[in-house]
Amino acid sequence: MKRMRLLFVGVGGQGTLLASRLLGEACIKEGIPVLLSEVHGMAQRGGVVESTVMLGGLKSPLISPGEADVLIGFEPLETLRAISYCNQNSVVITSLSPIVPNVVKLGAAQYPDVSSVFERIRSGVSGFYACDAEELATKAGSPKSVNVLLLGMLMGTGLVPVSLESMEETIKTQVKPKTVEANLKAFRTGVELVSGK
Amino acid sequence: MGSNPALPAIFFEGFNDMHQLLKTEPCSMLLLGNEAIVRGALEAGVRVSAAYPGTPSSEIGNNLFQIHSECPELVYFEFSVNEKVAMEVAAAAAAAGLRSLTCMKHVGMNVASDAMMSLAYVGVRAGMVIVCADDPSIHSSQNEQDNRFYGKMSFLPILESSSPQEAKDLVKRAFELSEALELPVILRTTTRTAHVRGPVQLEALPDAPKGLGRFQKDARRWVLVPGTARLRRKVLLERFEQASAISEGFEFNEIIGSGDVGIVASGVSRGYVWDALHDMDCTNQVSFLSLVMTHPLPEKTIVNFAQNKKMLLVVEELEPFLEEEIRSVLQKNGVTTPVYGKNGAYLPRMSEFNPAQVRAAIAKFLGHSLVQQGPLQLPDMPPLPMRPPALCKGCPHTETYNLIKEVVHDLGLNEDVLYPTDIGCYTLGVMPPIQMADYLICMGSSVGSSAGFSVSTHQKIISFIGDSTFFHSGVSSLINAVHQGHRFCLVILDNSTTAMTGHQPNPGIQYVPPEYKKTRVPIEQVVRGCGVQHVFKINPHKKDESLPVVREALSLNELVVIISESPCILYAKKVGGRR
Repeated sequence: MKRMRLLFVGVGGQGTLLASRLLGEACIKEGIPVLLSEVHGMAQRGGVVESTVMLGGLKSPLISPGEADVLIGFEPLETLRAISYCNQNSVVITSLSPIVPNVVKLGAAQYPDVSSVFERIRSGVSGFYACDAEELATKAGSPKSVNVLLLGMLMGTGLVPVSLESMEETIKTQVKPKTVEANLKAFRTGVELVSGK
Repeated sequence: MGSNPALPAIFFEGFNDMHQLLKTEPCSMLLLGNEAIVRGALEAGVRVSAAYPGTPSSEIGNNLFQIHSECPELVYFEFSVNEKVAMEVAAAAAAAGLRSLTCMKHVGMNVASDAMMSLAYVGVRAGMVIVCADDPSIHSSQNEQDNRFYGKMSFLPILESSSPQEAKDLVKRAFELSEALELPVILRTTTRTAHVRGPVQLEALPDAPKGLGRFQKDARRWVLVPGTARLRRKVLLERFEQASAISEGFEFNEIIGSGDVGIVASGVSRGYVWDALHDMDCTNQVSFLSLVMTHPLPEKTIVNFAQNKKMLLVVEELEPFLEEEIRSVLQKNGVTTPVYGKNGAYLPRMSEFNPAQVRAAIAKFLGHSLVQQGPLQLPDMPPLPMRPPALCKGCPHTETYNLIKEVVHDLGLNEDVLYPTDIGCYTLGVMPPIQMADYLICMGSSVGSSAGFSVSTHQKIISFIGDSTFFHSGVSSLINAVHQGHRFCLVILDNSTTAMTGHQPNPGIQYVPPEYKKTRVPIEQVVRGCGVQHVFKINPHKKDESLPVVREALSLNELVVIISESPCILYAKKVGGRR
């Protein structure tokens, strides 16, 4: 398959690593060569969390600026922070539900007006999909399923050669049994949002 | 060996059934580099393991801890108080004929090195693997040291993996190598090999072990008095020669391609080189020496590789360890092929690499012009507020800092207080709004440096150390402070766990799952046993009760210890929630 570099960014506690791991597990099911890297340690104390999913036989675990084929942002500010990893051929998937950083709560900085920047990104990349992921995940059953909803959006683009069935099977076996239903609903919401089916 | 009953998965997140790394049926699993190392050790029949946690090595210990809890007869594991103790536990097991493993972060090897340097002299009987996880780019450490130099200093072999599958295979190979040489073998990882996840093919686990080992006494080998040490140094040098011979034919090293210029790489850099050569479609122009055994280097292989090349580029993170060694080997053999890397400014010494950086270096080396994909240009990007890591909401450390701050202010000491600190979550006290961290170099330095400051300044000294760090390397400095009569206030932030690295137990913890039967060593008794006369205890969440105690403590101009006791809120939730 074509080599592909996917970058997941989010805030500690959003399940960013779980989302990339789910994708990795589904790739293994389908026999797609996959390599993931994860940020551990300090970043987990409410900081930025990044993970990469490298497909098609890539052996480098990291992505350089300008070289992400897909950016999946779990939080709008983090999507902006990582936007330099994209190029004009990239696809950007982002949640529009903000998680306000402490420095903003303390009044030491301002949360930026993301909508105007996103409009410029939309016209600068090859695909741009955004939604209020938290609201939609809540509707689907749990605000904690934002990660799986965004994964659904990614699958809805058809860019990743993994079948929806494999992905759903993976979700069923990898998330806590109690949360399977909410996660599957969130996943399908995400898929439909992008693919329209 | 311990005989704890099976522990439910309380310390670490989620294994309801059997531990995933104990699967017996052959299959492919998506494993973290660190998990693959554990699986490799299990497949190799490791019997004794010990570690002190440290990013990016911690998951090795966490998984072994859990596995030992579930199957105590399969493999022993302990979170030792520090890396030196862990090294000694593993060393003794290997001397007694049981395969053993210890793991640590790079700076942990500094602590363990006293044991390791002489362990190399006595060697081992059963295989022993030392996993050392370096942290290029300093993601969560205090420095960026390149621990491959420890291999050179100790004469121990070093293997470096680049993927989880290879890490698993290498651990198994390392045990064999260790037994062939009767030396411990170092498996060196970095953040990007330890925390990479990839498919790993599981192979069979050995049958359940029967019985323990037995130590065969032999004072002429195991007791390093000078006469024996001289003999053993000779043996070590001979073993190193054997290791060099093994390195020549080491099956994981490979030469790919047959171009007339050469590239040499190790560890994660091998992946960057591989991808760059494919991206630039120049695999047939280059001959690529992919090195896994990076110490001792295969001298003949390198000479053969280099002598018909126009030039060499060495791609390795951090120090020019391979580069200088290769240059020296070539000079010794009269080969004049120029060697580039850090030399010639192709690649920096600082920080981990990324794919574009390595691609650019290779393009420059080959004289290719390279069109790198440019990042999206977005003029007028608004300033983006940062998300620095911070103490959790409700963290007892914040309460302790606030109490001390208030009393310091009331006593009018503000300007003149020096706050040496230590390594743990509470190091985040350096950030606003707390900003009570003035000096930190290593584990335990809060206590030792307070002693130094107390004899060299008139400033009031209030230092901070966590419970696990206190056991790791604070106790001996505290004894020293008592004996020498140093005057400072040491605040022990006792949150009953090793929180920073993921809630590993330590000897002092009082909040444990009921099944955790290890003997508790209360910090207060240790402090009093060290001879400290003024010992105070507070619960930082009880402000009204604590303020007068802190006030009394800080008013004394002698050695004072305040133990601020309250469990880490995340840990309490884990233990409490499942009881």
